[in-house]
Amino acid sequence: MKISVQAAPFDLGAELSEFGTGRADVGAVVSFTGIVRDDSGQMHALELEHYPGMTEAAITRIAQEAVERWDLADALVIHRHGRLAIGETIMMVATAARHRAAAFEAAEFLMDYLKSRAPFWKKEHGPGGTSWVEAKDTDEAALKRW
Amino acid sequence: MIDVLYFAWVRERIGLPRETLETQAATVADLVTELKAREPRYEAAFADLSALRVALDQELSEFDAPLKGVREVAFFPPMTGG
Repeated sequence: MKISVQAAPFDLGAELSEFGTGRADVGAVVSFTGIVRDDSGQMHALELEHYPGMTEAAITRIAQEAVERWDLADALVIHRHGRLAIGETIMMVATAARHRAAAFEAAEFLMDYLKSRAPFWKKEHGPGGTSWVEAKDTDEAALKRW
Repeated sequence: MIDVLYFAWVRERIGLPRETLETQAATVADLVTELKAREPRYEAAFADLSALRVALDQELSEFDAPLKGVREVAFFPPMTGG
């Protein structure tokens, strides 16, 4: 299991080419990548604040739960913080399992939990200043299905 | 002594990221009451507790949780990661 909370960009291809390889019990790898988007067409940048220490612990706990629940061979979470430009990669998750259903489900579970249980806060920088992104009720509701 | 941390707009409203306090508060809610009585900026930050989350020693908790043995309390808005 690899968990990384970092300001630096990461190489998605390099991470995935190594992930879940070299073992006979992996038949499926699923990955998700989060990218900075601009709905307003006026955003300059996205800033991510986090809670050092708690962030790593919370992500590790969520990933461990996914590994146990879906009997994953491996799980990977990389989440960036700091100031990011539009189009930059914010984060990725990857799951490796025997079959694809478990890998897909576990990746969705990871994303749902990371969104509202890992201590990150997004702030948008635009022409009129900055504004904190508000959590959505649908984010909290998404946890109920698990 | 207890370390109190603030994140996102809670940090901005209060004007500092962390402070160390001497408190007799038994619960998180008692600590919030103490903080709100200090200055208007705390009153503003803690005006609506339903808009806030709390972590005790880096684990999500509740406002009625006891503070006994806790070294670090953090207040922040609902998280928006991913």
